[in-house]
Amino acid sequence: MLRYILKRLLIMIVTLWIIITVTFVLMISIPGSPFNSEGSSNATVQANLEKHYNLNEPYHIQYLLYLKSIVTLDLGPSIKQPNQTVNDLLGRGFPISFELGIITVAVAIVSGITLGIIAALRHNGIIDYLAMGLAVLGISIPNFILATLLIQKIAVDWELLPVATWSSPAHMILPILALATGPMAIIARLTRSTMLEVLTQDYIKMARAKGLSPWKITIKHALRNALMPVVTIMGTLLASILTGTFVIEKIFAIPGMGKYFVESINQRDYPVIMGTTVFYSAFLIFMLFLVDIAYGILDPRIKVHKRGGE
Amino acid sequence: MKATEEMQPTSYQSEIPDEWFTRKKIDIDAAEVVSRPSLSYWQDAWRRLKQNKMAMLGLAFLILLAVMATVGPIFSPYGVNVQNLPNQYQPPSQEHWFGTDNAGRDVFTRTWYGARISLFVGLVAALIDVTIGIIWGGISGYKGGRTDSIMMRIIEILYGIPSLLVTILLLVVLGPSLLTIIIALTITGWVGMARIVRGQVLQIKNYEHVLASKSFGAKSSRIIRRNLLPNTMGPIIVQMTLSVPTAIFAEAFLSFIGLGIQAPFASWGVMANDALGAITSGYWWTLFFPAFFISFTMFAFNVLGDGLQDGLDPKLRK
Repeated sequence: MLRYILKRLLIMIVTLWIIITVTFVLMISIPGSPFNSEGSSNATVQANLEKHYNLNEPYHIQYLLYLKSIVTLDLGPSIKQPNQTVNDLLGRGFPISFELGIITVAVAIVSGITLGIIAALRHNGIIDYLAMGLAVLGISIPNFILATLLIQKIAVDWELLPVATWSSPAHMILPILALATGPMAIIARLTRSTMLEVLTQDYIKMARAKGLSPWKITIKHALRNALMPVVTIMGTLLASILTGTFVIEKIFAIPGMGKYFVESINQRDYPVIMGTTVFYSAFLIFMLFLVDIAYGILDPRIKVHKRGGE
Repeated sequence: MKATEEMQPTSYQSEIPDEWFTRKKIDIDAAEVVSRPSLSYWQDAWRRLKQNKMAMLGLAFLILLAVMATVGPIFSPYGVNVQNLPNQYQPPSQEHWFGTDNAGRDVFTRTWYGARISLFVGLVAALIDVTIGIIWGGISGYKGGRTDSIMMRIIEILYGIPSLLVTILLLVVLGPSLLTIIIALTITGWVGMARIVRGQVLQIKNYEHVLASKSFGAKSSRIIRRNLLPNTMGPIIVQMTLSVPTAIFAEAFLSFIGLGIQAPFASWGVMANDALGAITSGYWWTLFFPAFFISFTMFAFNVLGDGLQDGLDPKLRK
């Protein structure tokens, strides 16, 4: 197990290093200096600014400084928002985005698995068709489209819920709904198909023959095995939820990280774009790592530590 | 009790007269006749796909969409980018079937131009993914050993990269254009395909027909082309059908956050983004048409992919 974790850790670090390097190469290959866009083309001012941000150093020194700044978690200043550092923006925005993301993940998992189980137990029944129809719809409608439709119908036409911002639980319902539907649908479909497979296995028949209650069979015997594929796609789902927060926060005017990120893209605020990309990538890669470890621990069929001695 | 006793005849068999039976002639030749038409793998898959109503609906929609994307703009007297400000936010009518948007542009015309972009991006990105994925996965799975483990390490590293973030980064630096979107989408998109192909090849390369080819002295490239790839086509096609909607979504998503296709092109994502400001004012058609076509195209590809998955699975062959 330890060997497996170490191997994963190594791969994780290499992946991160590649992302950081690619980010750096992209950053220096942007034509022009970030400071000569506005009218203040005073040569001395510009030289001083470049010196302040180490832009006058040769590339390899800049690269090392950049690596150092990332290792020391100091992602540098924002160009377009004076007196703000990327760390400030992250510190303000990330907790909100994290809250949105975590609630979405929880909602998607709980409702997706429930829907999947019900559909599998009522295989080829009306409930099954309804649930799967809903799931295909959920996969097909992009989250930003769903968000705008929800705003128009529920918030504007029917005035049931507030339109935007992140100030009370009522404000959270629509963004979470918009963001959780896609992942929920994917989980529901996966749970259903694996449940159907598991339910035909001999050990389920055995459990039935022993006279266990259907509830106990479903929860204790079937579900545990049916959940493994769901764990494997958690990494991909986390990535899609994370990128989903960008647009959802933009649409609902939620002051999270994603909103700053999209704004910084539109304003071409390079340090913020690069800093947040690296931060998000690191976060996501770490989550993938945790999912992998969790998979190794949860699935009794996979003996991760044995593969180390190949 | 009494009734059942009465109903049981003691000489049950003798009550059926012998002449009721006729001796069936045994035709030796008939035993060899194939009673069902022999179907190739693809014919059988197509037969099963045809039975799946949702998949056929998806296929029909996609064909219609492809036709409309090609000829749709011809039906319309309006240009894709012709602005007509006094005419903005016209509801759907005789002149403008899908209404007009915030700049007075005809939504009907723009929808079909958007279909061109979406289908083009989706298909090209999927094709590139398939090509790289087949080559990479095929070599990795076939060679095995050290080559395989190095190639798989590279895949594992790339797999961890959040693709949409890298895509965003590339677009910011390279500038948004159709070409950059496709490059950005395929740069990490082929990884999934490579994994699938490798898994399949690993399984199939131990089959007898591969051994037979090898013992006749076939070269590796020939074995990969003739023995391995045809047998992995099913999963590859399914994965391809499912990766097209991913690419279409990504294009719409990028256009929506302002990084995608720029004028003079129109894409569904751009149209949805333009409509965002207007939805609270009740101009529903500016959002409805792009939203409907994005969603329904993704829906069509998804159900078609599901249908193909069932149809191409040899285990489900009846």
